[in-house]
Amino acid sequence: MADKLKVATTSLAGCFGCHMSLLDIDERMLELAKHVEFDRSPITDIEHCGPCDIGLIEGGVCNSENVHVLREFRKNCKVLVAVGACAINGGLPAMRNHIPLEDCLKESYIDGLGVENAQIPSDPELPLLLDKVHPIHEIVKVDYYMPGCPPSADVFWSFLSAIIAGQEPALPYDLVHFD
Amino acid sequence: MYENLETADKQKNLKRVVVDPVSRVEGHGKVTLLLDENNKVQQARLHIVEFRGFEKFIQGRPYWELPVLVQRLCDICPVSHHLAAAKAIDQLVGIDPVNLPVSADKLRRLLHFGQVLQSHALHFFHLSSPDLLFGFESDISKRNIIAVLNDYPEVGLQGVKLRKFGQEVIRMVSGKRIHGTGAIAGGMNKSLTKEERDYLLADVDQMIEWSAGSVALIKKIHCSNLPYYDDFATIETNYLGLTKADGALELYHGGIRAKDKLGNTILDHFDYCNYNDIIHEEVRSWTYMKFPYLTSLGKEDGWYRVGPLARVNNCDYIDTPLAEAARVEFKQHSGSAMVHSTLAFHWTRLIEVLHCAESIKTLLNDPDIMGSDLVAQGEKRYRGIGVIEAPRGTLFHDYEIDENDIVTKANLIVSTTSNNMGMNESVRQVAAEYLSGQELTEPLLNNLEVAIRAYDPCLSCATHAVGKMPLQVELINAEGECIDKLMKQSNGEIIKLED
Ligand code: SF4
Repeated sequence: MADKLKVATTSLAGCFGCHMSLLDIDERMLELAKHVEFDRSPITDIEHCGPCDIGLIEGGVCNSENVHVLREFRKNCKVLVAVGACAINGGLPAMRNHIPLEDCLKESYIDGLGVENAQIPSDPELPLLLDKVHPIHEIVKVDYYMPGCPPSADVFWSFLSAIIAGQEPALPYDLVHFD
Repeated sequence: MYENLETADKQKNLKRVVVDPVSRVEGHGKVTLLLDENNKVQQARLHIVEFRGFEKFIQGRPYWELPVLVQRLCDICPVSHHLAAAKAIDQLVGIDPVNLPVSADKLRRLLHFGQVLQSHALHFFHLSSPDLLFGFESDISKRNIIAVLNDYPEVGLQGVKLRKFGQEVIRMVSGKRIHGTGAIAGGMNKSLTKEERDYLLADVDQMIEWSAGSVALIKKIHCSNLPYYDDFATIETNYLGLTKADGALELYHGGIRAKDKLGNTILDHFDYCNYNDIIHEEVRSWTYMKFPYLTSLGKEDGWYRVGPLARVNNCDYIDTPLAEAARVEFKQHSGSAMVHSTLAFHWTRLIEVLHCAESIKTLLNDPDIMGSDLVAQGEKRYRGIGVIEAPRGTLFHDYEIDENDIVTKANLIVSTTSNNMGMNESVRQVAAEYLSGQELTEPLLNNLEVAIRAYDPCLSCATHAVGKMPLQVELINAEGECIDKLMKQSNGEIIKLED
C-alpha cells in the first residue's frame, strides 16, 4: 500500500468546533484511518513531530505562542489549510479588535463582578498577547481555505478524499453554503 | 493539602522545570515546577495562558445574539453555552424557568441531554479510553482512538456511535450538529417532527445498552487498579452543583447545592440568581484563569470542584433506574459519604452518559416535544442570569442590558474555572507524591497529564495532547540558565538534547 498521507492539526485561537466537526465524520473515521496517518493532532494523537503532507489550522492568532506554533506548522507541512472562520478572518475572537486590549483585561480582572485580589495577570510564564487577533494568512502563506463556522464534516471528508485520490480539492456550492 | 506548594518560600536557586508546549486547558496551558537541589518539588503550578476578553467585546451587541455568539467560545460543549445564555435572555424578556412553555422546556432538556451524552462520550472514548484500556504508560502509538478501533473494535465503534447519537439529537433539535440555533429568548424556534422523533427513537435502546456497558467497563478498569485509581491525584475538597428540588441529579435547571469533604451541607436549594453573594473569584498573577471560592468559607478553604464527580457526590439519587443503580454501586465502592478520587471523574462521567441515554428515551416518548406552544414573553428586565450544569460542571452566564437591548455588562464563570484550584492541587499532589526527589522521567510527565485530563478540562482534546506531542522539559536554574533539556519523543522515549 502506498504511504499514508500525514496530517497534522492544531487549534490556535479557536473554539475547537472545527476539530469537533472533523470528528463528525463518525464511522468514516475507520475509512480515513486507512489512508491517513495523524501526526501532531489533539484529537487522535498518533504522534511524532516531523514533515507532514497536510496541516489543518483552526483558529486565528492572538498571542506570541500562536505565532510560534503557526510558523512551526508552516515549516513542516507541505500543504497548509486555514480551517474555519477564525483561521480565515479571525472569527469571533477578533471581535476584541476594536477595543483596546487593556480594556478587555480590565473588564475581566479588575472591574469584574466579585473579583478578589484584582490585578492583570502578568507573570512571565504567560505568553505575550497581541493587541489584535489576526487571520493566519497575515503571518504565513496559506494554500487552501476551508470556509464555515465550522466547515461541515462533509467538507473535511470531501477535501481529504480529493487529496487522497490525488486530485485538486474543490468544494461544491452546497458544501460552502451556510444557514 | 498541597497549597504550600503553590508558591515556594525562597525562589532563589531553585531549578525551574517547564512542561510545555501547550497543555491546552481552556485554551492553552502549561505546568511549571520549581525544584530544590535534591529535586524536591517546592512549587507547582498549572498556568492557563490564553485570554479572550469576551466579557468586554460582547458589550454593545444586542442581547439576542448571545446564544449564537457564546457557543463559539468553546466548542467542546457549545450547547451548554447556548442554553446558559438562553436561560439568561429568557429573563431579559421576563420569563423565568417555571414560565417557559412546557414544550420549549422539554426540547431544551432533550438538546442538553444530547450534548452531555456526546461530550462525555467524546472524552471517554476518543480521548481517555486509550489510556484506560492500554495503560497510562503504554506505547504512545497506541494512545489514540484509531488504535482503540483496531484493538477493541467493539468498544471503539460503540464510542463513535454514542457520540454520533448525541450529535444527532442536537441536530434534530437545533438544526445543526455544531452551532445550531434552537434556543431563543423565551423559548425554542422549532419542535420535533414525528419523523425526526422516530429517527432518534429507532436507536435509543441500543444507546442505553451501550451506555450501561460502558459503566460496567469503567468499573472494571477502576476496580482492577486499586489502590492506584483511588489515590492518584486525589484531593479532599468541597463540591458544588445544581440539584433538583428533591435532591435528585439535575443538569438543566435547579438550585445550588454545596457539600464539604465530609458530606456536610454548606448550601442547598440556593437561588443561582444570587450567585454573586456566595461565589467570588480571586485573580492570581500567574494565570489567566481565576479561582472561584465560596465567600462564606473564604479564599483558603472555600474552593470547590464541579462536574460529574461533584454532581454524583452531591445528589441524593438519580431519577432514571439504570443510572441510579450504577450510582449506588459507585457509592458502595468507596463506602464513604463523599468520593474524592480524581480518577473517579471517569466513572461518574459514564454514569451520567447512562442517565442521559435513559432521559433521552423518556423525552422522545413525550408528545410535548412535538408541541407548538414554543415561546413565551413577559415584561422586559435589565439583568438576566442563566446557570446550567454543563458536562464539565456548573456554568454561570450573567448579562445586563440597557433600554435599547444592548449588552452593557457580562460576567461568565465557566465550568473549568471552578476546577482551577482542583486541577492545580491534583498537579501538586502528583508532583509531591509521585515525583518529588526523583529524576525527571517519562512517568513523571505522564502522571501530570493524566491528573489534568481526569477533569476533562474544556478543550480537553488539546489537554489530552500533552505528552502526545513531543514534550520538551527544560531545567533552568534560578539565574535563568538552561542546565538540562529533555525531550519526550513520540514513542515515549526520553532523550537528552544537546545545545
Ligand atoms: S471557525 Fe467557528 S467552529 Fe471553527 S474554531 Fe472558529 S468559532 Fe469555532
